[in-house]
Amino acid sequence: MAKDMSFEAVMARNGEIMKNAVGIDYDLFESGSIAFDYERMMRETGYDLQEIEEIQRETGVGDTPIYELRNLTKLARKFAPAGKGARIFIKDEAANPSGSFKARRAATACYHAKKLGYKGVIAATSGNYGAAVASQAAMRGLKSIIVQECYDSKGKGQPEIVEKARKCEAYGAEVVQLSVGPELFYTFLVLLEETGYFNASLYTPFGIAGVETLGYELSMQFREREGRDPDVVVVTNAGGGNLTGTARGLIKAGATDTEIIGASVSLQGLHMASDSQFNKKSFTTGHTGFGIPFATWPDRSDVPRSAARPLRYIDRYVTINQGSVFYMTEVLAQIEGLERGPAGNTSLAAAFKLAQELDEDKIIVVQETEYTGAGKHIQPQLTFAKENGIKVIIGDPTEEVPGENIILPKDPSYIKVEEIELDRTRRSYIRNCIKNTKVEKVTKEDLEFLIEDTKSNEEFVKKVLDEFGVAY
Amino acid sequence: MDARKGDWVRIHNIVLEAGERAPNIPEDTQNVPLELWDKGFLLNEGANIGDKVEVETYIGRKMEGTLIEVNPYYEHDFGKCVPELMYIGRQVRSLLEKDGE
Repeated sequence: MAKDMSFEAVMARNGEIMKNAVGIDYDLFESGSIAFDYERMMRETGYDLQEIEEIQRETGVGDTPIYELRNLTKLARKFAPAGKGARIFIKDEAANPSGSFKARRAATACYHAKKLGYKGVIAATSGNYGAAVASQAAMRGLKSIIVQECYDSKGKGQPEIVEKARKCEAYGAEVVQLSVGPELFYTFLVLLEETGYFNASLYTPFGIAGVETLGYELSMQFREREGRDPDVVVVTNAGGGNLTGTARGLIKAGATDTEIIGASVSLQGLHMASDSQFNKKSFTTGHTGFGIPFATWPDRSDVPRSAARPLRYIDRYVTINQGSVFYMTEVLAQIEGLERGPAGNTSLAAAFKLAQELDEDKIIVVQETEYTGAGKHIQPQLTFAKENGIKVIIGDPTEEVPGENIILPKDPSYIKVEEIELDRTRRSYIRNCIKNTKVEKVTKEDLEFLIEDTKSNEEFVKKVLDEFGVAY
Repeated sequence: MDARKGDWVRIHNIVLEAGERAPNIPEDTQNVPLELWDKGFLLNEGANIGDKVEVETYIGRKMEGTLIEVNPYYEHDFGKCVPELMYIGRQVRSLLEKDGE
């Protein structure tokens, strides 16, 4: 009998399809309540750091250079109080085979798929990860399908995403493009079931473990060149994997004093699943539209338990406006001679401001860059914004309204970051844990898990539980 | 005849009609269908734009859809000149030069 391919029927087979497509039995790590054994999942289903270094070396991933941004540091000091203005460094992840740090995640996913005997890999992504999977799959002799959310109902595509489709096709991938909507997941499941390919999810233990080498390299590179670990690492945050993996790698290197600051482009007010708002944004990743929902509920991802858990590692979370990131992308090219893609420069724009708070002898690191090209560049992205009715203004970025205007800072003194109150984010996460597991009483194990998963303490978690009237 | 067997073409499909969309999504999205685009080599002997056709995708999957483009090409580019960006380089360069360095 032919399988029922209706939306409801396919979605109902989600668990079974995923088990076949990821090769992980997530039930093994579940407690039956809120808690699950994260570290055991990472240990038993992933690879250790040395193995990953070897896997990545095979396909030319990692070992990317570090540049000190001397001119940018000098510029930041002009706007900092006396004695302030940390040295700004950047890790040039654009030097990876597919042009971004995502090659690290794809390298382990494709290696794993090949080892388990899958014929191909599928990834649901509109971003750099698609290109990374397609590139790594090409190296490993695997077929690849990339599923993108690309167009609005008028058939207008984000130039950045259209470019990503081109890049995937250049590596021999099939690119399935969809209009706006979370039901992309249905098409994704249908393809997984039809092909029997591996789900190269961004959120598997091996995907996240693939980023650990980035954090580890950072520590090793700084110890070699400066004799110590960086003081602050700024990470562009979307789904949380970049931050999680980098932080875990730093910890594995013993760099436990390094502060981890997440940075996202503020897209406050724009709904990510809205057809009419889809092309009103000028960033397709690195923004709060992913950053906040994935921080407050990481298990919304395409695997039962996400290995990307940013609240576990984040020390501080800031947002920045779209205009400041575009401005800083131009600055990076103009005074540092590095032309890189805008989305990856989110953490750069934040670091420019954050450096001004730190003493001159401190080290602040922007841990990634991404490639740039047609569509994926400030000019086409701003051209597209204008075509969609967005005003491009030179002025005060604090007045930017996402979806209405993009405000380029009048001068560097106008670049500001906004703090996200992490305790509120943690509180939302705990609320979502309770809501989604429907527990009435939190076990001792749950309590410990929540403390770890929010990098908080017993007092804080108990206070939140009291607030929601949940017993422990 | 717009396309012959073996031509590289682009096809279009409706995955979910407007009334069939997931209930928890914004209304503007619910009011439009979920559409899909893919590319492949045409398997029919010949077809015109708008015909229902079958293709073999680059990785070898067979798929049906409406023919919308033959020899599809990428239209994205480096955009138009954005005059609003022109001040940035000069501004930061002159700020750096101020110390006479």
